[in-house]
Amino acid sequence: MTDTQWPIYEVFHQSARGEPHVHVGSVHAPDGDMAVLMAKEQFARRQACVNLWVVPMEAIVSTPYEDADMFEHGTDKSYREAFGYETTKRAKAVGDTADI
Amino acid sequence: MVAFHPNENRLNDKPGDPGYEENLAAFEARIARGDKVEPGDWMPDGYRQQLIRLIHVHANSEICGALPEGTWIPHAPSLKRKLALVAKVQDEVGHGQLLYRAAETLGKSREEMIDELIEGKAKYSNVFHYPAETWADVCVIAWLIDAAAIVNQRMMAEGSYGPYARALKRICYEEAFHLTHGYDMCISLATGSKFQRDMLQAAINRWWKPIMMFHGPSDKESKHTEQLMRWGIKLRTNDEQRQEFLKKYLPKMFNLGLTVPAEWNMKFDESTKTWTYTEPDWSEFVSVVRGNGPVSANRLETRRLSHEQGRWVREALSAAAGGRPVPMPPAEAAV
Repeated sequence: MTDTQWPIYEVFHQSARGEPHVHVGSVHAPDGDMAVLMAKEQFARRQACVNLWVVPMEAIVSTPYEDADMFEHGTDKSYREAFGYETTKRAKAVGDTADI
Repeated sequence: MVAFHPNENRLNDKPGDPGYEENLAAFEARIARGDKVEPGDWMPDGYRQQLIRLIHVHANSEICGALPEGTWIPHAPSLKRKLALVAKVQDEVGHGQLLYRAAETLGKSREEMIDELIEGKAKYSNVFHYPAETWADVCVIAWLIDAAAIVNQRMMAEGSYGPYARALKRICYEEAFHLTHGYDMCISLATGSKFQRDMLQAAINRWWKPIMMFHGPSDKESKHTEQLMRWGIKLRTNDEQRQEFLKKYLPKMFNLGLTVPAEWNMKFDESTKTWTYTEPDWSEFVSVVRGNGPVSANRLETRRLSHEQGRWVREALSAAAGGRPVPMPPAEAAV
């Protein structure tokens, strides 16, 4: 018996226009159209949904978890952040009291 | 960058393999920190196998749980109850599929798991080895067995394996409707005619033993618990889960005028804040989940028949996707 082990499609669910598509799980299906149907039954029975994406799992390219250190910052990167600056204080000092 | 093949990081994952002890120590330290494990991470083979076993049994229980309830769909007492029961049964089957997918990320195929269930090689929850004799049984299953399951699933949803925890969060959300509807149905019977009240009490009397066994053997006998807890698969023992269930739901049952059969000697111990009771016969539990329960054979036969009757649909879908002619359903499938 090997008749239900179809390819896996990852499912992305959008709850409203303007919201992002969020990964919610995956389904087995013989093709993309059936994957959409399965995804609708499995992931859109209750919560609001305006759009579903299905993507063959094989199409996904991923970073390995063991290399998660690639996302760590080697040096202080606070200059990339708004909190890295004391500009509110400095703006006040030059007479600007409105929001920056 | 790597292609997305979740199951293949199995290097040196057994005791005695080079570097196993160091990897195990790092793995257990990560779990102690509260980190989640994801597919593709190194994990001890023991962790992988325990999770496969557990998720497989859980998935099977969802599928088999649909059987006693599905039997009652044509006999629901009103259209409203029938719609709700259909929705619940659909949810349970959906939960089974979510869980089979979670187990697949550990390297066992859905096909294998479905086949092992049908062939009687895989277990499912003890409670679904018993018959639903009356409508009140459906009400008791939906209220108390779903309540007991939610105690277990809320805990497991905080466990260390990411895909299982994610599936369980979705499942718990949907189970909240089952529990509410089950309680609603039990309130209807408990506040109804004498016939309805007696029917509900009779169902409780039949189901109390399977319910008391639901969370699994007493901590004194449970062989898996210690390791499952160290690996963050399970966060509380069977007895702790059973106590949580009893503390919350016994008062609700008593409030509806329901009782527990006297032989259970259910008593609340004020000093330890726990319920004491006559310990169930755990050898009976073991025998039931091995397929010797009152309706075990019938459950598997129904499941096998259903799988066979759906075969033409699966073949038609495969054929259509492959550009081949779609076969006609067999005559008996048309009814």
